Amino acid sequence: MKSIKSIFKKIFKNVFKKKKHVKLGLYGPPNGGKTTLANQICQDWLGENMGKASSMAHETREIHIKEEIHMKRDGKELTFNLVDTPGIATKIDYEDFMKKGMKKEEAKKRAKEATKGIIDSIKWLDDMDCVIVVLDATEDPYSQVNITILGNLEARDIPVLIVANKIDLKKANIKKLEAAFPQYNIAGISAKYGKYMDEFYDAVFDLV
Amino acid sequence: MGITLHFIPHSEIVDLGSARRVKKLLDIVKQDKIVLMEGKLKKQEEADLIEITMEEISQKFKGIELATIDDKVTATSIGGKLKQSFVNAMLGDRSGFTVIGPANIVKEIKQNPGKIELMTLDQKRRRRK
Repeated sequence: MKSIKSIFKKIFKNVFKKKKHVKLGLYGPPNGGKTTLANQICQDWLGENMGKASSMAHETREIHIKEEIHMKRDGKELTFNLVDTPGIATKIDYEDFMKKGMKKEEAKKRAKEATKGIIDSIKWLDDMDCVIVVLDATEDPYSQVNITILGNLEARDIPVLIVANKIDLKKANIKKLEAAFPQYNIAGISAKYGKYMDEFYDAVFDLV
Repeated sequence: MGITLHFIPHSEIVDLGSARRVKKLLDIVKQDKIVLMEGKLKKQEEADLIEITMEEISQKFKGIELATIDDKVTATSIGGKLKQSFVNAMLGDRSGFTVIGPANIVKEIKQNPGKIELMTLDQKRRRRK
C-alpha cells in the first residue's frame, strides 16, 4: 500500500515539478554545518552568502529562505528555494552559552530563541519537498535526534539526502554513517572548504 | 541523592492518544525521573515530544535525553529480519525499548543498534543546577 502511495506521489510530483517552487530544506542537529553548506551553495550559484555560520551551537535560530536558486549541470536545470533551519536538539541550557563567553541575560535570551527555533524547524517539516540532512561526520551518527529527523521525513514520504559534512577533519568517519543509515544516499563533503561539491550537486539533482 | 528509574509497561500507554502519551512521559521526566518505556513512540510523537520539551524549557528544566532501541535495526541476517518483521507486525509499537531522562541528570545517552549507554551528571553539578 505504502509503495503504491509512493509511486502515485512520484508521478504527481513529476507532472507538477516544473510548475511549483521546490522547497529544499537543510535539517540536522546543531553545529553540523547547515548554514556553512547553505552559504557554499549560495556562493556557487548566486555569488552571495545566506547567513552567519559560527562554531557556537544554535547560531541559526530562525528559518532562513533563499528563493530561486537556479542550478545548471550537464544540460540539466533545477530551480529551488533553499530553507536553512535551526539545528534540532532535545535540550538547551543557557549556561552552555555562558561557557562560551556570553553574559547571563544574553545567554538566556539566546536559549529562549534557540527553543523557538527548534519548534519552528519541526513545524516546517511538513512544508518541505526534499530535505538534505546535514550531519557532522566526526560525531557519533547513532543519536536519537538524527533518528527522529530521518524517521519523521520517512513517515512523510519526503525524499532525503544525507550529507556527511566535515570530511576534511581527521576524525571524520563516513563509513560509520553509511553503516548507521544504509538505506540512504550519503554525500561526503567539506562545506567549509567546498570539497566534493560536484558530487554533492549530482546527488541533489538525483534527489529533487 | 539516587536516581529514580520509572518503568512504563506498554499496557499503561497503549490506550492513550498521542498528546496524552507524550504529556505523561514528560510529566514523569520533569519529576527528575528516568523513564524506561516498553516499546517506542511513533515518529510524529517523538517530534511532538521534542517540540513540547522546547516549550517547557526553563531555568530548572533544561530538556531531555532520549534513546530508542528499535528491533528493526538490531537484526542483521535475512532470517533475523524476517523474524523481526513478523514480531513487529504482531507487536506494533510494543517492540523495542525507550529511555527518556531529564537533561539535568542524564548528561548523554550513547546508543548503537544493540545497546544504550547512559551517562549521568555528577551529583555536585546536579545540585548546582
